[in-house]
Amino acid sequence: MTAMLTLTVNGRDMSAAAPANMHLGDFLRHVLGLTGTHMGCEHGVCGSCTVIVDGQPVRACLMLARQAQGARIETVEGLAQDGRLSPLQAAFRDHHALQCGFCTPGMLMTLTALLRDVPNPGESEIRAAISGNICRCTGYQGIVEAALAVATRNEASTS
Amino acid sequence: MSARYFGASVARSEDARLLIGQGRYVDDIDMPGMLHVAFVRSPMAHARLKAVDLAPARAMPGVVAAYTMEDFAGLAEGPMPPMAPHPLIKQPLTCHPLARHELCYVGEAIAMVVAQDRALAETAALAVMVDLEELPAVADARAALQPDAAPVHLGRDSNLLASLHTQFGDIDAAFEAADHRLTETFATHRGGCHAMECRGVVASYDQREDHLSIYTSSQAPFMVRRQLANYLSRDEQTIRVAAPDVGGGFGPKANVYPEEFALALGALKLGRPLKWIEDRQEHFVATNQQRDQFWTLEVAFTASGRILGLKGHGIHDSGAYAPYGVILPANALVCFPGPYAMQAIDIRLDVALTNLVPTSPVRGASRPNVAFILERIVDKVARHLGHSREAVRAASFVRAAQMPYFTGGVARDGSRVSYDSGDYQVALDMVLEKIGAADFTTRQRDALKRGKLLGLGLAACVEDTGIGPFEGASLRVTPRGKLVIATGAAAQGQGHATMLAQIAADVLSIDMADITVEAGDTGRFPLGLSTVGSRIAVTAGNSVHVAAQKLRSKALHFASLKLEVGADDLELSEGAVQVKGVPGLKIPLADIARALAGTTGVPLPGGMEPDLAATAYFESSGVTFAYGSNACEVEIDTETGDTRVTRYVVVHDCGRMINPMIVDGQIRGGVIHGIGNALFERMLHDEQGQPLTTTYGEYLLPMACEMPNIEIHHIETPSPRNPLGVKGAGEAGTIPAAPCVISAIENALEFQLGKAAPFITHHPVSPLDVVEWLDGGQG
Repeated sequence: MTAMLTLTVNGRDMSAAAPANMHLGDFLRHVLGLTGTHMGCEHGVCGSCTVIVDGQPVRACLMLARQAQGARIETVEGLAQDGRLSPLQAAFRDHHALQCGFCTPGMLMTLTALLRDVPNPGESEIRAAISGNICRCTGYQGIVEAALAVATRNEASTS
Repeated sequence: MSARYFGASVARSEDARLLIGQGRYVDDIDMPGMLHVAFVRSPMAHARLKAVDLAPARAMPGVVAAYTMEDFAGLAEGPMPPMAPHPLIKQPLTCHPLARHELCYVGEAIAMVVAQDRALAETAALAVMVDLEELPAVADARAALQPDAAPVHLGRDSNLLASLHTQFGDIDAAFEAADHRLTETFATHRGGCHAMECRGVVASYDQREDHLSIYTSSQAPFMVRRQLANYLSRDEQTIRVAAPDVGGGFGPKANVYPEEFALALGALKLGRPLKWIEDRQEHFVATNQQRDQFWTLEVAFTASGRILGLKGHGIHDSGAYAPYGVILPANALVCFPGPYAMQAIDIRLDVALTNLVPTSPVRGASRPNVAFILERIVDKVARHLGHSREAVRAASFVRAAQMPYFTGGVARDGSRVSYDSGDYQVALDMVLEKIGAADFTTRQRDALKRGKLLGLGLAACVEDTGIGPFEGASLRVTPRGKLVIATGAAAQGQGHATMLAQIAADVLSIDMADITVEAGDTGRFPLGLSTVGSRIAVTAGNSVHVAAQKLRSKALHFASLKLEVGADDLELSEGAVQVKGVPGLKIPLADIARALAGTTGVPLPGGMEPDLAATAYFESSGVTFAYGSNACEVEIDTETGDTRVTRYVVVHDCGRMINPMIVDGQIRGGVIHGIGNALFERMLHDEQGQPLTTTYGEYLLPMACEMPNIEIHHIETPSPRNPLGVKGAGEAGTIPAAPCVISAIENALEFQLGKAAPFITHHPVSPLDVVEWLDGGQG
């Protein structure tokens, strides 16, 4: 029941075997070794496992690996370029948007997708975007402030 | 000492790794030949375990082994050792790593299946045949203590585990002197852990070295090692327990768990590395919770609103076992009388066994429960007298001039409880000013025009932090001039590595970038206790400070010998010892470290001890008491009962702050946890002890859309009880948050209903409660 899967992960073409019952999260973590994607609830509520699939934020625990055949996947490991944090990652550090770091990859991927679609979201849009991501540590405020800081910078650079 | 880092909101050194997906949590650990474990768990809250047939599981593809407790007979036997024995617990009550004859809660582990991967292990676990005889279950702590209650454990004649008592002063005199007396009954509920990372364990055994290695998602790796060594009759030196990156702890991860023992036993038996990762449904039935306390208390007070005394009793839900002794209920009694100066108290707390998941502290332990009761009582007194809530607090607070204030109570170690410092009234005044209490009624009227009921909430708190006896630290300069700090204190996201490095960097004038922190690993430091009770900044923080001072003296001594300059004329600067005012004349710490590492045949200068290193176990000279006042506004939709916390202001004093950004993060997260306790988190069971809330669709956690921004203001009164002047802050946000929110809801209802508004005596409060209250019902 294992099939070869070909897909693009963080810009690199990859091919690996995936059992029929394996979800995308386990595939990324345990087959490809990309352990930055975290499994928090495995029933689609906490959002820790969020990755970007063909441009859309997706819960990797609710998608079978095989459904990613041919897809373009982005994970937290792909956000920093040439050793430089993305503006959102840097803003997370500057605004204390993470404590234990477990929900952080999912938050980053959800907000990265948002900021591509809506370069200058307001607070309520940001909170709505992460309404499916649970953080037990921060109270969300630092996360919202970090995303707002990037949004403000985006607005400044486009105006 | 120049304070370059101490007191500054330094960005966290932990973040760089975590932000790029390079954290290393237990489930990220892989080992050659590693196998995966799934547990067979009790489907009943109480049952006799008659037989377990592992054969069907063992026959399944990919299954390597399956075990019950009997399979480990040559390795260990009996129940797990109690973590915190207490004289009132006559007979320790802990479970076996895998149950033997009786199952006492839904989720208790019965057997384990070991397979090539987790999916195979989980599938095979379903094939294990378990023969059970269902027994009557007790699912409510109050019912458990009724004379006709079924026994939670066969063979025990009572479900009363212990009865705890605290009293001081002359309670009868206090009540006789009072102008008024009131009695109220309260039901408090705390829910579970819900760290975003569930628990997990990796165990491996090296037969040639006879060495057992455990990675566990724990707040207390040293306690795991101690207990496991006891259980296995092994020397601690043959066991290493490490907590790698841990995705949140919040209390329940400080327990020592059956799965940690079962994985160790399995690894010893099989000689292969084993991994178990708790899934979220297991988390709801296998990780300790806190749940219920029920209280009936009578308060005595004067016509001017001064509270004189408190008496009554409570019932605490212990769950099916007491792995953590009676720490959680005992903590409750120490929390009285809170920030209020009382003449007398006399309070009893009965600890009831139930056929539910065991309980142990969740963020704040029993402090939030007692804060809820005390703050509700104060609000009740205010309503009874027609005084303002702040007036009753002002009349009853411990005053700054009374510090250190002996409450009359006795701490767990037998010492007299004494609050060390602070001004509770200043905190209250400040929070009222910051939230704009003076013009609240204007906002309330404006909100009504939008069809919303606005309420203003208020709560004060005092919190014992930094309990001893110690967390130690050792500091060592490497031959490359880097500083390595090792401590037993494990971290779960609190930013310990940053905070400890800040302290050392200032004393030693070393750049933060040249400091690494190794924590929570028995292989790196000899002793450690547990990251609980907001204690690490006080204990480990001061140990780092003291060790850094020692190391500094040693470096100065070495340099004074080498440079032939008095130590008083030397200073540390940028990783070197230099002659004051002569920057060119210096010796880098790296050179001193190399020299003190020794060379064969060459004596060390001046008979110095080898190694540019120092260790300290700072022993606190007394508990430090943080305190504060919170205020919030809630907005209620009268149609749906939907209740939103729209503003929340914290005024808090945790002494000197090492890193205000981190302190604020701790407080914010804590407040949100408390709002969850006020409005959302509800761990429900049916009458047979079956859990009813085992997904995040059923058990609600605070989410981004419902949570307000938290405005924080600090007062910094240095604690006189440690060199750094610090107090803990990890639980500060949670403790007063639920009573603050509930007080605001009641205030909103009073605006609508006047004197007919209910006095709210429970949390969490649901939208249904609110609608019923608005309709004139009981909630």
